[in-house]
Amino acid sequence: MTEMDLSALWVTLRLAAMTVIVLLVVGTPLAWWLAHTRSRFRPIVEAVVALPIVLPPTVLGFYILVALGPYGPLGWLTNLTLAFTFTGLVIASVFYSMPFVIQPLQGAFEAAGKAPLEAAWSLRASRLDAFLTVISPIALRGYISAVVLGFAHTMGEFGVVLMVGGSIPGQTKVLSTTIFSHVEAMEYAQAHAISAFMLIFSFLVLLGVYVANRRFPIHVS
Amino acid sequence: MSRLAARFNVRYPNFHLSVDLNLPTSGITVLFGPSGSGKTTLLRCLAGLERAADGFMQFGNDIWQDEAKGVCLPLYTRPIGYVFQEPRLFPHYSVRSNLLYGYKRIRMEERRISIEQVVTILGIAHLLERRTHKLSGGEQQRVAIGRALLTSPKLLLLDEPLASLDIQRKQEILPFIHRLHEELRIPVIYVSHAISEILQLADRVVLLKQGKLVGAGALNEMLTTLEYRGSFGSLRVGAVLDARVESHEPQYGLTQLEFKGQFLFVPLQPVAIGQPVRVHILSSDVSLVVGRTNSPTSVLNILEAKIVEIREMDQSSVDVLLDIGAPLVASITRKSLANLGLKPDQQVFAHIKAVALNEELTE
Repeated sequence: MTEMDLSALWVTLRLAAMTVIVLLVVGTPLAWWLAHTRSRFRPIVEAVVALPIVLPPTVLGFYILVALGPYGPLGWLTNLTLAFTFTGLVIASVFYSMPFVIQPLQGAFEAAGKAPLEAAWSLRASRLDAFLTVISPIALRGYISAVVLGFAHTMGEFGVVLMVGGSIPGQTKVLSTTIFSHVEAMEYAQAHAISAFMLIFSFLVLLGVYVANRRFPIHVS
Repeated sequence: MSRLAARFNVRYPNFHLSVDLNLPTSGITVLFGPSGSGKTTLLRCLAGLERAADGFMQFGNDIWQDEAKGVCLPLYTRPIGYVFQEPRLFPHYSVRSNLLYGYKRIRMEERRISIEQVVTILGIAHLLERRTHKLSGGEQQRVAIGRALLTSPKLLLLDEPLASLDIQRKQEILPFIHRLHEELRIPVIYVSHAISEILQLADRVVLLKQGKLVGAGALNEMLTTLEYRGSFGSLRVGAVLDARVESHEPQYGLTQLEFKGQFLFVPLQPVAIGQPVRVHILSSDVSLVVGRTNSPTSVLNILEAKIVEIREMDQSSVDVLLDIGAPLVASITRKSLANLGLKPDQQVFAHIKAVALNEELTE
């Protein structure tokens, strides 16, 4: 791997980690709300959350680019130009990977139900305490799926990164766009090395998750 | 004497709960009624798990809910122990950690009940290090009760904790509930639709029907109030009496009980003299005799009684409410009523063919 490839790897890992962290913080309350609300707005929110699954990444990337630009709402609000920066890339990835974090969490919260929560309340645990000590351990598998899928999906994104990030080395150039530029420059050997790395990495991560699930099953009565 | 006062008015799409309760904060109160009568909803309202828009709830001097002032304490700030129909143990903790979950969350000076006490009363010492999914249904429910007790609650709410268990397991847990009430002096509100649980546990019954309060009072008073009798199902209990063991007659296989100066024979019981026992008499096992006839009878249990009230139950039978120092109901035929010419205030003798101890009761 060249030095540029290594910097792209570093950007990619940082991007995926940041995205997952932001999504866990924002996604936990949202997923909890979706799992338990009786609001009639719920299907609308669910549809919006699921949009990135079906939308071409370029469409998503285009709108985020417009929103992040100096005349877009986000750019205007923050008075910053976020397009073509790492922060802008994180914001774009958060939207892009949102369903892959929200949906497993929502499923896990729905499966856990309100019963253990009420039991914890009856044992003097406050709302936050009950969530942290009872619901999140019961929903642990949902969290593992959310982290792995969110991380892997962010690592694999291409279209959105190209639209929003612009492939600036050391800042917004990630592995997937690096492969593309290698191929464009006919550097098949380098493209091969990174592609093989991503293939093996993704496989090992998923293998690790399935082995862990098997070895540490969570018993829900 | 300290009391619990509660008013709830909650509308659901197909159900309307409207209840005004006022109970002493002692003893075991059973909320009784057919399924769909609102027992569980009422219990959840008492705990604050369901919020009635105009609800009010006062326990002793503490106001837990007063919607007129916008007050409704969340469950985790109320000194309540709650046992659900299902055990709801936390699957990621051991039995010991489940027991300690609430215990760790109350202040040191509030801990009136110790782990050793609970483990002994509930007989769960051998389970402490187990994972919860390895326990039987009865064991899980005992742990759930123990977990609730270890928060040293001032009020224990039990929502049909035995509903999911078979009769043998029920008989395994009922004595525990009785013991924990006797030893720990915690007032209990117990939801049930099983008459056998009422007869064994209740000091007091609150009768619910379609979300409304039908009546409330001491167990025997409720069972013998003629207008409520239809609500207690097909088991026609004529009285539940808290008697005392007077003497044993092993040569005849009998035990004599004393109740308010009168005596009752039951099959020999392994209970020490002077001990209290709760017995029940079926109304169909009581027959009435006018005047003491000189002819000898094989019936051992004959009590002096005065007729209080007579009520027709169906085409052929009537219920007669008697006063034997406590209320007792006799179910007789209309024909007998006419033949004997029975009327209120008349002195009669009640011949009782069978007296059963409550532990023998099955459904």
